[in-house]
Amino acid sequence: MNEIIFSAIWGVIMMFCSFLVSNKSAYRHIAAIGLLVLLIVNMMETGGTVIFKVDTMGMLSYSTFGLLFNSIAIGCTLLYVLVSGKDIERLEKNIAEYLVLLFFVLCGVGILSAYNNLLMLFIGIEILTIPLYILTGSDKHNLKSNEAALKYFLMGSFSTGLMLMGIALMYGGTGTFTLEVARTETGLYKGVSFLEIVGLLLLMTSMCFKVSAAPFHFWTPDVYDGAPSVVTSFMATIVKVAGFIAFLKLCYIRMIGTSSAIDWRLLFSIIVVATLLFGNITAIFQQSVKRMMAYSSIAHAGFMLFALFSLNDFANKGLLLYSVAYCLATIGVFAVLAKVKDITYEGYNGLAKTQPVVAAANTVFLLSLAGIPLTAGFLAKYYMLSAVIATGTYTWLVVTGVVFAAISSYYYFRVIQAMYFKTGDPQTEDISGSFKVGLLALAAIIIIVGIFPQIIFNWLYF
Amino acid sequence: MPIQYYIILAAAIFCIGVTGVLVRRNAIIIFMSIELMLNAVNLLLVAFSKMHYAVASAATKNMEVNTGTDAQLFVFFIMVVAAAEVSVGLAIIVMMYRNVRSIDVNFLNRLKN
Repeated sequence: MNEIIFSAIWGVIMMFCSFLVSNKSAYRHIAAIGLLVLLIVNMMETGGTVIFKVDTMGMLSYSTFGLLFNSIAIGCTLLYVLVSGKDIERLEKNIAEYLVLLFFVLCGVGILSAYNNLLMLFIGIEILTIPLYILTGSDKHNLKSNEAALKYFLMGSFSTGLMLMGIALMYGGTGTFTLEVARTETGLYKGVSFLEIVGLLLLMTSMCFKVSAAPFHFWTPDVYDGAPSVVTSFMATIVKVAGFIAFLKLCYIRMIGTSSAIDWRLLFSIIVVATLLFGNITAIFQQSVKRMMAYSSIAHAGFMLFALFSLNDFANKGLLLYSVAYCLATIGVFAVLAKVKDITYEGYNGLAKTQPVVAAANTVFLLSLAGIPLTAGFLAKYYMLSAVIATGTYTWLVVTGVVFAAISSYYYFRVIQAMYFKTGDPQTEDISGSFKVGLLALAAIIIIVGIFPQIIFNWLYF
Repeated sequence: MPIQYYIILAAAIFCIGVTGVLVRRNAIIIFMSIELMLNAVNLLLVAFSKMHYAVASAATKNMEVNTGTDAQLFVFFIMVVAAAEVSVGLAIIVMMYRNVRSIDVNFLNRLKN
């Protein structure tokens, strides 16, 4: 609860700052302080100190898992603001409002990690996505950004419509909006009704839209490509992972409850394979690094779907680790991308000569995304695959996962190859010392988490 | 009236909305179709709310059951969120119109290359 209230309050404070403070770079610092405050109050709640005691009538319930995920989301946003803050400033003349939107998105993340009622799921998803429509279109005079915003908006509200229809049908079948349904053998709501299954399928479709899983991924490349790089960085990381956390909770309770009526595992295995296939194969043929990253985010969604497929202890841990590894590495890659003027592979040629520190950090990020040992990305993939093995069925899915992980290294290594083994004269924006420090910090966290994953898991046993 | 009539009506309106989104090319019309989808959901929720109330009050023989109120509250939430979405969405459409003097979504295909 701390996080939801504080992020909303700090968002309003930032709005007032936008006309009370005239110094442009001050906004960035105010936002960073706000995120630090959020991180502290959220950790206080993990330790048991709740500042505002609000009776939510069971609509929100806080678990250590959800609170830990909140901490990860806030921490990643903090690093994002520290590393890419200067690029956010270049978006627009009045940037305070854009930073405000980040806080509102975090408010939505707080709701999604704790929801216990379908009403809260709906509100959380909407609080999460409406600010993103604005952020996507933040480059107002760029036609690509406009198109991406319109496309994202139309797709997003269409999937919201599907989600609401799903929720309505589920309500018709069970008579309640709470996640847990008391299923009885007799009476009106006995067993699993047809309405509930249709509703769940619609809800699942809509969630697949939000996390860009395979049959519904087609909006992702265009939107990620069209949005300004700084915004894509936020959209592809924290927002997407929050969608997965919400999806996971839904699967745990509603889909296991209805597993007598429909084989969810089979359905998910098809979605996983399709997502991995589309994401990885299309990423190979891209010429622009930004578009490649958009497809790679679909491929990573495929890996995160393994958690929803297997639903066990490994899956929980794996999803947390994956969110850290994937968020940090992607934020890093996009931070470098925002500095490089030509975003095709050729634009990276010879970057190691002119900017050795940036190139080295970028290499760590790409290795982590490819899943090379000693980086967080390797352990994240390892946990996901062991979650599938722990289910005892669908062993072929593990093989598929490994094969696609190997394929994915091709397009990540192309960037590394361009940076180190090709000659060229890469054009970059001014790269400040603090930016390099931020990148190195990101790379260091990725390696440390890759060697000692316990520093994240220990928080689970508070 | 039996609940099936409401379900069929809501499903029909919802399908008209989905078809509109998939077929029409004008951003405003697509937008209207999405609103149609949301309103079909509102209708369905209210109908279900009434149904659950009738079942619960018949089962308890007691007038003080409040089953079904949650769905009616949900309808208000949908209306509020839809209004918020409209404000952002229309702003995006206006922004696009200022740049290209058109709100035809066929323009969006240029992004693919």
